[in-house]
Amino acid sequence: MKDTQTGSVRFEGVVKKYGDVTALKKLDLAIEPGKLVTLLGPSGCGKTTTLRLIAGLEMATEGKIFIGGEDVTHLTATYRKVSMVFQSYALFPHMTVRENVAYGLTVKSVPRAEANAKAEDGLELVGLAGFGDRLPSELSGGQQQRVAVARAIVLEPEVLLLDEPLSNLDAKLRRHVREEIRQIQQRLGLTAVYVTHDQEEAMAVSDNIIVMNNAEIAQIGTPADLYEAPNSAFIADFIGDANLVACDIEKVADGAATAVLDGQRYTVPSSDIANRSAQMVLRPHALNLGASGLPGLKGEVTYAAYLGKEIQYTVQTDVGSLFIISPVQAEPFQQGDAVSVGIVADHARIVAA
Amino acid sequence: MKKTILIWLALGLASFVLLPWHMTDDGLFDPRWITDGVAATGLFGTLAGQWWLAPAGLALVVATILQLTIPEPVKRARLTLGTAGAGLFFMAVQGLIIVRAGPRVFEGVLTGDGIMAGQAGMGAGAGICAIALLFAATISLSQSGKGQGDAFVVSTIGLIIALVGIFVFFPVIHILVRAFEVEGGYSLTQFFPRFFSSDIWGLGCLIGPRSCGVAINSLFLGVMTGLGTTVLGLAFALIFTRTDFRAKKVLRVLTVLPIITPPFVIGLALILLFGRAGTVTEFFADLFGWEQTRWLYGFWGVYFAQLLSFTPIAFLVLIGVVQGVSPSMEEASQTLDADRWQTFRYVSLPLMRPGLANAFLLGFIESIADFGNPLVLGSGYSVLSTEIFFAIVGAVADPAKAAILAIALLSLTMSAFIAQRLWLGKKSYATITGKADSGQNAGLNPVLKGLCYAIALPWAALTLIVYSMIIFGSFVKLWGYNHSFTFDHYIRAFGIDFENRRLTGVAWDSYFTTLTISSIAAPLTAIVGLSTAYLLVRQKFVGKDAFEFSTMLSFAIPGTVIGVSYIMAFNFPPIELTGTSIILIIVFVFRNMPVGVRGGIAAMSQLDKSLDEASITLGANSFTTVRRVILPLMGPAILAALTYSFVRAITSVSAVIFLVSAKHNMATAFIVGRVENGEFGLAIAYSAVLIVTMLAAILLMQLLVGTRRLRRTDRVQQTAKAA
Repeated sequence: MKDTQTGSVRFEGVVKKYGDVTALKKLDLAIEPGKLVTLLGPSGCGKTTTLRLIAGLEMATEGKIFIGGEDVTHLTATYRKVSMVFQSYALFPHMTVRENVAYGLTVKSVPRAEANAKAEDGLELVGLAGFGDRLPSELSGGQQQRVAVARAIVLEPEVLLLDEPLSNLDAKLRRHVREEIRQIQQRLGLTAVYVTHDQEEAMAVSDNIIVMNNAEIAQIGTPADLYEAPNSAFIADFIGDANLVACDIEKVADGAATAVLDGQRYTVPSSDIANRSAQMVLRPHALNLGASGLPGLKGEVTYAAYLGKEIQYTVQTDVGSLFIISPVQAEPFQQGDAVSVGIVADHARIVAA
Repeated sequence: MKKTILIWLALGLASFVLLPWHMTDDGLFDPRWITDGVAATGLFGTLAGQWWLAPAGLALVVATILQLTIPEPVKRARLTLGTAGAGLFFMAVQGLIIVRAGPRVFEGVLTGDGIMAGQAGMGAGAGICAIALLFAATISLSQSGKGQGDAFVVSTIGLIIALVGIFVFFPVIHILVRAFEVEGGYSLTQFFPRFFSSDIWGLGCLIGPRSCGVAINSLFLGVMTGLGTTVLGLAFALIFTRTDFRAKKVLRVLTVLPIITPPFVIGLALILLFGRAGTVTEFFADLFGWEQTRWLYGFWGVYFAQLLSFTPIAFLVLIGVVQGVSPSMEEASQTLDADRWQTFRYVSLPLMRPGLANAFLLGFIESIADFGNPLVLGSGYSVLSTEIFFAIVGAVADPAKAAILAIALLSLTMSAFIAQRLWLGKKSYATITGKADSGQNAGLNPVLKGLCYAIALPWAALTLIVYSMIIFGSFVKLWGYNHSFTFDHYIRAFGIDFENRRLTGVAWDSYFTTLTISSIAAPLTAIVGLSTAYLLVRQKFVGKDAFEFSTMLSFAIPGTVIGVSYIMAFNFPPIELTGTSIILIIVFVFRNMPVGVRGGIAAMSQLDKSLDEASITLGANSFTTVRRVILPLMGPAILAALTYSFVRAITSVSAVIFLVSAKHNMATAFIVGRVENGEFGLAIAYSAVLIVTMLAAILLMQLLVGTRRLRRTDRVQQTAKAA
């Protein structure tokens, strides 16, 4: 049994209600030890609620929660072996950096000298050795966030929880800090649960992503799984950009579906889509724009944006408006040009309508 | 948790066995109760025939046994909860049934010689037993549910509910009961005619020469004062926030004045100015040959004094309201081509409407609860708050009448309070958000600006004159007759005989009593208020709305009503406190508690909740979180609550005047006594000393707050150099 190991998290039929509002419908999930798992989804989807349920800051209305195989459903946050990094950092402004990092140890009555030594180790781990005597207000945003991480990991928690830890940092710093968090997590072999609404961030740091929507799980998988094999139109649209086009399925055989789109047949890699009507997922990168007359969907460029490394087009076709990204060409198409859109069937996917 | 419960139970048992259950005549620290041969402690009392004391001790013993023998936590907790709850219940019931004197419930239930002889009020032993049982119950409650609750939070809730129940609801219920009392019993049918009598609600003054009922008088005064203070307050607030008026700092002073002014001082100063022998009266009498009248002693005098007293409060409220109107809304209006008057009329004013209503209701409540001004000036115009006083201390003491008048007063303030909560609570257009709102508020149009100046500036001048009277009046021999300079009043009040090292002044006693009691009450008020605020802001629990309402309730109970209800409730066992200093401390704590709660809520709301959560996920429990994170960050709020409750305790008169005793006299009650004797000079000198004392306390607090920093900039420079 894997989930009796230290650091595993398991939800069994967990429901969370605030009065009449259901924040979480019957949730089952299992997180393996040592993995960084991201809870991803639009705002209000229940991802933060899930995190707070793991932390013990909220109590489940129904169901059971296990951490490291132990039933912690009725334990409050104080008694769970998890620690959390907050969106607002939540550093105690009246304590020095060292006191902040040692706080969790001192409330557990660890002798002060030992607590300080461990805090120093923690600060070194996040690259802030020597900053112990400062107050949080004397540090930059990125440094404060690293103090928050150090404060959480010196307790050697079974699970490290991160609630949108990067949302208060500017874009460049964000990439840097997320790499650091990922490295520390891998080096220490920590189980980490990471909440974000930024799909790029989720894909960059995660072993696994749990995409949530409408208070339930939409899909679980590695970043590649989610991008390449979305199981629903929502996932296809939420993970990366996608054009969703209605199509008919003629037959499904040998892991491939024959789809009819605008009178043309395409053989698209697919799992078992049984419905006759479905949607084809066309990634903007996987569409070839050519001069009119070439094979493909007939269309007209309604918008063209030059972005330096690429050009983004919006093309009106018979199957709808398509968003296309193409490399910079010598002679880009102009607004109003008649074009044809070539579909690479191998890169297309089929999801239920 | 088991350990904590056992400690409390052990403490309870020890006090049951070792401490005197009842109040002792000589006080707890006088060991005479040990040797006087009367079975005093709970245990020995039980053995000596006071069998009704047994349940408390029994509950403690049973709870201890349960704790030690039952291994299963939830079952153990539930049984302990039941036992402790039953123990508390029996303690309360025996306390209410078996009394030496005073009202007794269920008279027919228990009879017998020992019971009819009654018992004294509960003392240290009973108190500690009750607390032990209460905490055993609350800690068990926190353990008995499905989720593992937080013992500290549940215990704090339990303690505050118990305190508010005993010291707010219990006395008020006493008033309600007394109002139904007739000779030899209680009667519902007698109550209504007495309550709705024309003495109280009569409208005679509207149609003929007869005077109106006292409640109508109060109501009329309240509405007038509410309107007047709101208009004046708004004018001041507009000048303060929307004009380039130069002396804004002077206006700021206005906001501090009501906090440090004992309530009757304005009335005194008005007498010096406009009374029969007042300066202004004499001036006009000389000039125009007008007759010197006593017009001040009636509605207009009280109204005038209340406007002066409460306008600063309205100003304080309305500054916030006027500033709360977001500049961007006014700018939006102006870009839509509205002129300044239209912007004010159609945008700003409607946005302020809930705030204005709030200021009005506040002025209304303050006015009808006001005791000092009507007492000093209202001889020709009787209002509820003073009538209640005279019904208790007058020539014919009539507690039932006082109770009925108190209910009338309470129903007026409660209606205003409930209206404020229900109606305004939902209609706030507060536009202050965390987002920085840049932009400028629209200026006032010239006519409006002129109007504001015309209303506010003469008023401000008058206020200053009135206050300077307080200083000036204390240095003249006999106001109106002999204006020669003298220190006599100060020497009489605060004289010191240096040779014999004796304080010869007549005021020293009450001055020190006041300072002592205020200094004891202030920290207690702060603790009760801030812990209530913590529970309200940071914790979720069943019945939170009712909890909040009941803690804010004592704000709507006028001091006179509190005073009457306290002497009715605490003059007899089971809780016999009248004549002690404890009752004064308690009355201050529960009267000023809403102030502490509000301050605490404001300060707590500014603390990011994730700070608490961070502490808790790091393994700290609620108590540690409060001690190590919240309290240090609440420094200024704590100091403010401390100072404010200290100052309010000094200036309070309405409740206190019922509760002072010869041994424990308070400054305000002493001053009222001097005023009644016509010793205005002494009264004013004493008031001036009080004002200076309170100013010193406020300044001291601001100094302390000023030194608090969360940034140590000096250290940054050092580190920078080292690097």
